[in-house]
Amino acid sequence: MSDNSTATAAPRIAVPRDRNILRLSIFLAAVFLLMTALRPSIFLMPSNFNSMMRQFPEYGIMAIGISLTMITGGMDLAVVGTANLSAIIAAKFLLAEVPRGAPPEQALPMIIVAVLLALICGLACGAFSGFLIARMRIPAILATLGTQQLFTGIAIVITNGRPQSRLPLLYSQIGNTELWDFIPLPFVIFCAVAIIIGLALSKTRFGPKLYMLGTNAKAARFAGLNNEGILVRTYMISGFLSSIAGLIMMARANSAKADYGASYTMQCILIAVLGGVDPNGGFGKIGGVTIAILILQVLSSGLNMFENVSNFYRDVIWGGVLIIVLVINLVVDGKARRNGARA
Amino acid sequence: MSDNILKVENIKKSFGGVEALKGVSLEIRKGEIHCLAGENGCGKSTLIKIVSGVYEADEGSIELDGKSFSRMSPMDAIARGVQVIYQDFSVFPNLTVMENLALNMELMAERKLVSYKRIRAIASEALAKLGVDLDLEERVENLSVANRQLIAICRALLHDAKLVIMDEPTTALTKREVKALFAIIKRLQAEGISILFVSHKLDEVFEISERYTIFRNGQNVATGETSGLDRKAFVRYMTGREFSEESYRPAKQGEVVLAAKNLSLTGAFKDLSFELRAGEILGITGLLGSGRTELVQTLFGIYKPDSGEVQVRGKRVRIRGVKSAIRMGIGYVPADRLTEGLFLPQSIVRNIVVSKLDRLSGLFGVLKGKAIGAEVEKWVRELSIATNDPSLPVQTLSGGNQQKVVLARWLANDLSVLILNGPTVGVDIGSKYDIHALLRSLAERGLAIIVISDDLPEVLACTSRILVMRGGGIAEVLDPASTTEQRLGEISTGVA
Repeated sequence: MSDNSTATAAPRIAVPRDRNILRLSIFLAAVFLLMTALRPSIFLMPSNFNSMMRQFPEYGIMAIGISLTMITGGMDLAVVGTANLSAIIAAKFLLAEVPRGAPPEQALPMIIVAVLLALICGLACGAFSGFLIARMRIPAILATLGTQQLFTGIAIVITNGRPQSRLPLLYSQIGNTELWDFIPLPFVIFCAVAIIIGLALSKTRFGPKLYMLGTNAKAARFAGLNNEGILVRTYMISGFLSSIAGLIMMARANSAKADYGASYTMQCILIAVLGGVDPNGGFGKIGGVTIAILILQVLSSGLNMFENVSNFYRDVIWGGVLIIVLVINLVVDGKARRNGARA
Repeated sequence: MSDNILKVENIKKSFGGVEALKGVSLEIRKGEIHCLAGENGCGKSTLIKIVSGVYEADEGSIELDGKSFSRMSPMDAIARGVQVIYQDFSVFPNLTVMENLALNMELMAERKLVSYKRIRAIASEALAKLGVDLDLEERVENLSVANRQLIAICRALLHDAKLVIMDEPTTALTKREVKALFAIIKRLQAEGISILFVSHKLDEVFEISERYTIFRNGQNVATGETSGLDRKAFVRYMTGREFSEESYRPAKQGEVVLAAKNLSLTGAFKDLSFELRAGEILGITGLLGSGRTELVQTLFGIYKPDSGEVQVRGKRVRIRGVKSAIRMGIGYVPADRLTEGLFLPQSIVRNIVVSKLDRLSGLFGVLKGKAIGAEVEKWVRELSIATNDPSLPVQTLSGGNQQKVVLARWLANDLSVLILNGPTVGVDIGSKYDIHALLRSLAERGLAIIVISDDLPEVLACTSRILVMRGGGIAEVLDPASTTEQRLGEISTGVA
């Protein structure tokens, strides 16, 4: 510390980790420029942006949910199961209550009820995981591995494993609305989620409580934080967000099924870690997670432009990106930490 | 041949522009027990590493057993009989006692094959040297800290040691284990081995050493015969400051703020009753397992008592949890600052305000940035926490300043009772006196304070009443002005 000025810097409630966000932004810009340079005619097309905006909200919202649980030092492997179970409950309700070919004014109230049911289901799923983790003290990774199986299992049982399709047309019409014929509704929902959760973490007491609990649960208890309450609430938020993602998936596919989006779980964990969420808990910002979501979407859309690059390469590339970022973070932060310790 | 085993002169060593040693000297005579003392960061450890060949000095001379070195490698040091026992003992917890003892010998002999017969022979010989009896087949991770240290010592002796350096060897030992260690040190001395005992604990220095050297900020401040040193001088040499050691007296009898009536917790304490008044500092001491920590944690809502009652300001209360204890104005500074008290990688700001977040936020829980800034600035100033940027992680602070951060957290909550468990463990002497002075001034302003401590001089110096616990009950209540350390020790152990 060469800076010895007596004026205390305005204390920040958040520990600065902005270097990570800067690094991610540069990485995003680099990937973006690379794709542009390789296929300017396709990549810069408005239709390409439109399709990207359709694709990432569903897993992006779940990634934000997982990130919150990882900040507490936990993990939510049940996001996809929660999303599908919520969507199936909404779909079952719609199929039962809305006759085929019903007019919109008859379908709309039922759609609202179905959405509410799905959201309640998401909250309940999250509360259950949270209860197992906070009250029964089951390690989060095991507890949610169990609840993921359980929720998926329930979804299979109530549907006999069949997709729930032939939903009222109005539902997917609403779900696929585009503002100004360009911005898809799911993208708007994603933005709202990211902003609200981001503000909750950075501007409200929920943020520091989550970070402190994730850093040292024992010290949090001695400091008078309600650890159990915070944990249950966090998993409920994660479940709630998962059910939103489930509703989006249901609109896109115009159906609900117990095994949609099975690959999303690992992808969301990848995003969270890439976005700077500390897997040991205590650190992580929604801004970083959002940029990580965009990086993966740009990469994956970019890869789709090359017909001769097989889809088989996708995992190799994503895994590679993750490992590169982890190594860079480790090297850079490790250096910063050592310098900090010396000063 | 000189009669010094080690003589270093005018050693200088810098790390990246920071001078750790600014020309220090140290002489150790053959067969003496020499104590090297000084506060954290005074350069003790750097000097040890230079003497054992780990670091190379920038300037200065080293003379080991009559031979001068300009450059010295760890192998040179070992060959000349220097052995260092580090704080962590450098033992392999997953290996057995005999493997740990014999491993270095086997490696140095560059053997390719393992013979357990030979290993056993080496190990038994090593243990026999100190007259120690340990199961050779036991894994080291199952041993107590004291026994692990014994293994490190035995291993060191295998190498024909002439100078054994012990870096703060008593940190994790109980009183009895320290006694046993001292007996072993005396035994080594009787065999003509010199001991360099590195410590900042004054009692130990007085008890074991014949001569001492004290460093401060990388320089020699004093050296001489321990018999000619007194406590006051020792503290002055270590810190460069003068401190008074009068015991605390409350100016007036305050009202009873906290009372326990026949409080019991199964397996911890039974039928305990006591009162705590505003403005007093109540010391609680007793051996580990006397129930003292459980007692205060019950008052803080961590445990629920099985019977009896707690009164706050004369009214019977039920403390349902930590939050409800805080609401009643009770704060608790836990014993282990690093694992229970602090959120190490988080900012100083967050560490201070964590228990007050609900009161520092408004509608929808939105944090009041200005109020938080003001609160933090106030406590950083009032407790003189040494930082110029409170958004830095709290782990960048020294032990004393970290403890002040924990104190600030509680003081920000307008408490009426503050309980401190081992408030100055791992804190250097200067900060220790600062914390004692702070506790006194808080008590003078009407706070009721409970201090739990093993450090008997501390209990005598900073409390106004002492409660000695033994076997889950109150053995005796004493006035610190008319009692002694020895008496406290006797009561805690039940000898008296």
